[in-house]
Amino acid sequence: MASPPEVATQVTADSAAPGSVAIEFENVSIAFEERQILDGISFQLMHGETKAIFGVAGSGKSTILKLALGLLKPDSGKIVVLGEEVTSMTEDQLFELRRRVGIVFQESALFDSLTVRENVAFRLYEEGTVPEDEIDQRVREALSFVELENTVDMYPSELSGGMRRRVGIARTIITHPEVLLYDSPTGGLDPVTSNTIIELVVKQRDVFKISSLLVTHRLQDAFTMGTHYFDRAENRMKPLPPHTRAAVPMGFLILRDGHIIFDGDLKSLRETRDHYIREYIS
Amino acid sequence: MELISPSDWAKQKVQSVQEYSVIAARAVANVFARPRYLADTTQQADLIGVGSLPIVVLTGFFTGGALAQNSGVTLQRFGSLSLIGQLVSLGMVRELGPVITGLMVAGRNASGIASELGSMVVTEQIDAMRALGTDPMKKLVTPRVLSTVVMLFFLTIISDAFGIGGGGVASALFFGVDMHQYWSTAWQILVFQDVFMGLVKPVLFGFIIATVGCYYGISARGGTQGVGRATTQAVVASSILIITVDFFVTRLSMTLFGQ
Repeated sequence: MASPPEVATQVTADSAAPGSVAIEFENVSIAFEERQILDGISFQLMHGETKAIFGVAGSGKSTILKLALGLLKPDSGKIVVLGEEVTSMTEDQLFELRRRVGIVFQESALFDSLTVRENVAFRLYEEGTVPEDEIDQRVREALSFVELENTVDMYPSELSGGMRRRVGIARTIITHPEVLLYDSPTGGLDPVTSNTIIELVVKQRDVFKISSLLVTHRLQDAFTMGTHYFDRAENRMKPLPPHTRAAVPMGFLILRDGHIIFDGDLKSLRETRDHYIREYIS
Repeated sequence: MELISPSDWAKQKVQSVQEYSVIAARAVANVFARPRYLADTTQQADLIGVGSLPIVVLTGFFTGGALAQNSGVTLQRFGSLSLIGQLVSLGMVRELGPVITGLMVAGRNASGIASELGSMVVTEQIDAMRALGTDPMKKLVTPRVLSTVVMLFFLTIISDAFGIGGGGVASALFFGVDMHQYWSTAWQILVFQDVFMGLVKPVLFGFIIATVGCYYGISARGGTQGVGRATTQAVVASSILIITVDFFVTRLSMTLFGQ
C-alpha cells in the first residue's frame, strides 16, 4: 500500500499560515439585467486548496470565476487575487495578473483556427520572448501532462470533447499559474473521461500544490477529489486512507439564490443538517 | 416581438454609439501601442485586400463601362462625345470607384469580420484570449482596421483604373471613340482635388467597414442566431454609413476646393 499522502497534509499546514489567502471575495454582488446573481457573497480560497463550487444552473458559479479573473466587474464588493485587488485594476493591469491565474473554460474555448500546438503555446507566443526550442519543449511537457502528445498538429475540431478539455488544461498550465479556475471541466463528458480530468485536477493540487476553484454540477467529481490523492510514485490517483481524509486541502462551497449557504470541508458537508443541502447532495 | 419603450430604445441606441466609439477610438490608439501584431495585420491584409481583388476589378470595370454607355448616349445628343473620357474619369475617381469598392468590400469583409469575431465571442474564445493575458482589441480589432484601411485605399485605385478602362472599352465599342483621345481627356481632366477626394474616401470607408464589423462581432449575443444577426447588421450599417459619409465628404470637399 502507498504511503500516506504527504502533499495533502503539507498543504493543510501551509494554509494555516497567516497571509496565505489566494483568493478572497468580500461582500461581492452582481446583477445581470436586474436579476441578482450574487448578493453579497464572501469566501476565501487558501493557497494550495481546491474549492468545489456547487449550485443549480444560473446560480452564479461561472460568474464567480469570471469575477476572480476580472473578466466581469462586480456591482459592489471587493475581490483580492494573489494579493491584488482585482476590482480596482484596469484591463491592462489585469493582463499582468492573468499571467499568474489560469482558467479552463466550460467548452474549452480553444481557438478553432489554431492547431493544438498553437493553442497550448498561445501565451508563450504572446510573450514574444520565449525561444522556439523552449516553446516546443514546454508544449510537449504540457501535452504530456494531459497525455495528448500525439495531437500536437491537430485542430480542435478534430478532437473529442474530453480531449478538448485536456488541451484546455494544457494551455492553462503551460505557464505554471499559481491559481487555476476550472469551469465545469467534466460537464457533458462520460464517466471515464470525467475521471481522467478529475485525476489531472487532483494531480495539479497534490503534485504542484496549485490553488483552485472548481465549478461543477457533478457531486461525485468533488467527492472523488475529497477522498483521493495523487500518488506520484504510481502516477495515478488513489483513495485516501480513512484517517487522513480530513487533511485533504479540499473545500466545498454551495450557492443558493445568490448567497453562500455552505462553505466547509467534506466532513462538515456530510454532517450538515441543512435540509436543502442534504437534498442536494443525496 | 417584444415591445420596448421609446426611452429604453433611445438609451440602447446611445449606448450602442458609445460602445462603437470606444471600439473605434481604441482601434486607432492601439496602432501606436505595443505589442504590434504585424503577422496578424499582414494576414488580414491578404484576406481583405488580395481576397477582394477579383470582385473589385470586375465591379470597377463594368461600372465604368455602364457609366460610359449611359453618359455616351446623352453626350452624343449634344455632340459632345469627346467629353466621355472626362466624365467617366471624374465619375470613377471622385465617386463611383470609392463607393462601389467600399460597398463591395463591406459586403464581403464587414460580414466576415462580424461573423468571425461573433463566433469567437459566443464560444468564449474572446474571454479565453483575455484570460490568457492578450488584449483582443490589439490582437483582433486593430489589425483588421489597419489592414482594411490600407487595402481599401489601394483597391480603390485599382477599381478607378479598371473603371476608366471599362469606360474606354465601352466608348470605343459602342460609340467609336478613339482610345487615345479617350485616355488623354480622362487623364487631363483630373486635378488635385479630384484625386484627393477619391483617396480620402476609401480611408474613411475602410475604417467604417472594419470598425462596424468588429463592433457587431464583439457585441454578438445569443449563439449562432446572434452571430447571423450581427453579420447582417454589420453589412447593412456599414453600407448605410458609407453612402452617408460619402455625401458629407463630397460636400465638404466641394466647399473646401470650390467645385
